[in-house]
Amino acid sequence: MCDTCGCNLTPGNKHLAFKPVAKGATAVSVLKGLLAKNDDQAGHNREHFDRRGILAINLMSSPGSGKTALLEATLVALKDEFTCAVIEGDLETENDAERIRAKGVQAHQIVTGTACHLDAHLVHDALHHMTLEGVDLLFIENVGNLVCPASFDLGQHLNVTLLSVTEGDDKPAKYPVMFRAADAMLLTKTDLLAVLDDFDPDKAETHLRNLANPAPVMRLSARKDMGMDAWLTWLREQLTAQRARVAIGQSRRPAIQSDGMKYHKATA
Amino acid sequence: MHELAVAQALVEQVDAVMGQHQARHDHDASSSDAWRATAIRVRIGPLAGVVPELLATAFPLAAAGRRMEHAALEFTHAPIQVRCQTCGAETEAAMNRLLCGACGDWHTQVISGDDLLLESVELETTPS
Repeated sequence: MCDTCGCNLTPGNKHLAFKPVAKGATAVSVLKGLLAKNDDQAGHNREHFDRRGILAINLMSSPGSGKTALLEATLVALKDEFTCAVIEGDLETENDAERIRAKGVQAHQIVTGTACHLDAHLVHDALHHMTLEGVDLLFIENVGNLVCPASFDLGQHLNVTLLSVTEGDDKPAKYPVMFRAADAMLLTKTDLLAVLDDFDPDKAETHLRNLANPAPVMRLSARKDMGMDAWLTWLREQLTAQRARVAIGQSRRPAIQSDGMKYHKATA
Repeated sequence: MHELAVAQALVEQVDAVMGQHQARHDHDASSSDAWRATAIRVRIGPLAGVVPELLATAFPLAAAGRRMEHAALEFTHAPIQVRCQTCGAETEAAMNRLLCGACGDWHTQVISGDDLLLESVELETTPS
């Protein structure tokens, strides 16, 4: 398959590509993902991770749903087991990276300025400032935003989307692109459920299923150390799975992107 | 406004397509006609997370001064369709309710509607 000679045309998509045009004009069919350049870079990042047996996880959520607090608790809990590293994405400040470094973990801050999401190139540049040797788990904390980050592959293996119980339980219905991409959904700050009468965790899960997403839903509070075991167990399992993939020369893209693309290529 | 980033990616891709086309033609014929893009067609599904109207606003900014700056940006609508893994039916679905329209199961696979594709570029020669 290439994008120059037309061999990516199939009976199914041919009608998209050819249409009569005026004399003296030519229609060049492309049928290539608009973000192909980003996706190529993401694939390259993934190769970096796979070569070193690293599991890369992209954390996405609204601002203030507890991504950094979750990381702080996770890094402390795993510090005797695995070597972790963190890439932080924010519009401004080095604050989050400093919080991570305070836990004795390598962190690089990407300051995006005005950009509302991380992309594969930003992550690649960050990797050049980091020591990846010996790292088991790399967390990429995306810019707090439930819209834009969902559209950009960074080279991660898994997307983890956080939904704090101080938000609405219908967030997955309101931001389907984001929650459809989740390989796991974490309901955070569940210690506050006792004083909130308008967040129903079961409803949040139903909204996720309505997006045809089978991802596990874990309820936890990083601050109060509630429900962290299920999350840590899931991380251990995912790292074991990543090592098994690497051993046989395979990799994994976050669920949605890979399925979608495979499917389009096979049948489009 | 990640649509600006998408518009910039679109401009780069169209530029690459035009470059390839030009190179091929310079081989075929001795003419050194300059090609310009008259229309760019992209296919965007609702689940791609890109708003066509915002992309249309961002495109002139990204294309300013480039050889496709006067091209018309056209959109192909890609309706959301899911295939049910339980009953096999292919049905249309709403953006936040990707359930099988036949049996109501949520074990479905999106087969259309998350597209973000550059479909085609229409080119025209301007004799030099």
